[in-house]
Amino acid sequence: MAGAGGGSNDVQWCFSQVKGAIDDDVAEADIISTVEFNHSGELLATGDKGGRVVIFQQEIENKPQCRSEYNVYSTFQSHEPEFDYLKSLEIEEKINKIRWLPQKNAAQFLLSTNDKTIKLWKISERDKRPEGYNLKEEDGRYIDPNTVTALRVPVFRPMDLMVEASPRRVFANAHTYHINSISINSDHETYLSADDLRINLWHQEITDRSFNIVDIKPANMEELTEVITAAEFHPHQCNTFVYSSSKGTIRLCDMRASALCDTHSKLFEEPEDPSNRSFFSEIISSISDVKFSHNGRYMMTRDYLSVKIWDLNMESRPVETYQVHEYLRNKLCSLYENDCIFDKFECCWNGNDSVVMTGSYNNFFRMFDRGQRRDVTLEASREGSKPQQVLKPRKVCADGKRKKDEISVDSLDFNKKILHTAWHPQDNVIAVATTNNLYIFQDKVN
Amino acid sequence: MDVSAEAKRIMAVSISKLYASRAQRGGMRLHRSLLLSVVMRSARDLYHSACLAKEREELGTAHLVPVTPEEDAMDTTASGEQVEVEVSQVEPEPESPLTPTIQEPMSFDSEATQGACKTRTFIAKETVEDKENRSPVSPDRHSRKRRGKASVAPDFLPSKRARLSLELGEERVLRTGGRTCCRAGDVFTTLSLNSNRAIAAF
Repeated sequence: MAGAGGGSNDVQWCFSQVKGAIDDDVAEADIISTVEFNHSGELLATGDKGGRVVIFQQEIENKPQCRSEYNVYSTFQSHEPEFDYLKSLEIEEKINKIRWLPQKNAAQFLLSTNDKTIKLWKISERDKRPEGYNLKEEDGRYIDPNTVTALRVPVFRPMDLMVEASPRRVFANAHTYHINSISINSDHETYLSADDLRINLWHQEITDRSFNIVDIKPANMEELTEVITAAEFHPHQCNTFVYSSSKGTIRLCDMRASALCDTHSKLFEEPEDPSNRSFFSEIISSISDVKFSHNGRYMMTRDYLSVKIWDLNMESRPVETYQVHEYLRNKLCSLYENDCIFDKFECCWNGNDSVVMTGSYNNFFRMFDRGQRRDVTLEASREGSKPQQVLKPRKVCADGKRKKDEISVDSLDFNKKILHTAWHPQDNVIAVATTNNLYIFQDKVN
Repeated sequence: MDVSAEAKRIMAVSISKLYASRAQRGGMRLHRSLLLSVVMRSARDLYHSACLAKEREELGTAHLVPVTPEEDAMDTTASGEQVEVEVSQVEPEPESPLTPTIQEPMSFDSEATQGACKTRTFIAKETVEDKENRSPVSPDRHSRKRRGKASVAPDFLPSKRARLSLELGEERVLRTGGRTCCRAGDVFTTLSLNSNRAIAAF
């Protein structure tokens, strides 16, 4: 059931579900920090600041009228707060990224990472259990062997479905700086992890060592000018990966060229527009996310004000640029003071790479239809959350002439930000994370 | 002057943020610290140049040399991160290092009203700082004691001094700039050098 996937104007987005507390008083541990669909789209994982992972599963329903709902499948504590005694620093348990492994057997595997440690989790179902032990009662108490008069073979009997999550591998102690990305290679054997200055290559089975493939730490830290902000493997070429920097550049590296990929194969950089220069030019040009398209021909980058699509064959400039919230350009000073300018927005592609999506403030999120050159602004809010209610497009008015239903820039709530979004790999189903709620929207099924 | 007040405010905000980030769970974030120090340097450069311009105006010995836009491409950000005296991207000056030779054209006010904060090339800043960053003469340079009025932080800044490098266990880069500050009230040099340490300490 391949989704249409195209045309943000053809698609009418409807509210489907919202997960999380209704409370306005948000507990810090409940703040969602990452959202990721698995490769089939059947499972949706979220990570939060408290180090927990919650996995939702799409129920398979036969009703044609509506798509299936996502219900809680498994919840587990992935990371705990730790303390680095040498540096006297606390290591946050916040889950920075979750990445699903391609499914090989009945169990599901995912990688989750906090600032320092990556863990491989196995999520498996148990729906049978052995019954009829000779030396144990059903409740586990041991039977006195002297009272056993006959022997029987234990048999498997059905039980209530139990979903178990167990840590299978812990990849620790490889990063001095804070991990910002993990990415699984298309070879299904290796993955990379990136921190501010280094990128390491791991084998999924080997936890006691990793290979450093990128190191941009200068000999003298005072000469530091840029850091790594995101990294990702190419979806098909197992030798290729990209990493973005705080200066707005993206480097594509080929692991076949040399063991240490400090020298890039391609450098993607757009010359800065001198008329836009300000104190904050450097901050807003810092790339917060980079994602390859599913077909592997393009990549998308997100900086503070825009989304850019790059053709891997052209390094000089992006092929498409979409302004997410250009009306904020004049507000950079205030956004610097209230720290919003440091917000790291993510971006994502739809299944057939025709539409891209990213978040903004006031619980708005934006979709850009590449083919039709159209964009839409939608809102994730409880007000618009009646089942199957169609989302109304929103508009922000930059100048003083506010029309009806428009919102002025000064009325935007900068505490309500959508940093994490995910798009189902095949269907028009999206998961949008507000501070502590997860909204699921679907296209209107007629 | 409007722009220098704005630059001063941004510097103060940046410094408070740098101090506050030390108390953050998970430790100082390198990326954030880098961006903060970049903004702080730009603001400091602008402030210095505005002060210099004002001073020169008062002295009546203005040397006006136009600065091409290309020159300030990334230098206030990139070279700002590097050791202070690196002026490779800017035209070398024939005069003695102590004589400031580049001056910001007096176009601040119009830009300030537009709300844009433009950065400029500052050779003058480099040479003045050179003087401040000379090798220390005094023997107690390791001492953390305050040295005098010049190094006392003004009211709008947090009262605690940074102890960034010791906290993170790295060898402290020894700089005394600002402790022998020659200009009263020029605390921005002191505090911005702490931002050097903020990065160096990682």
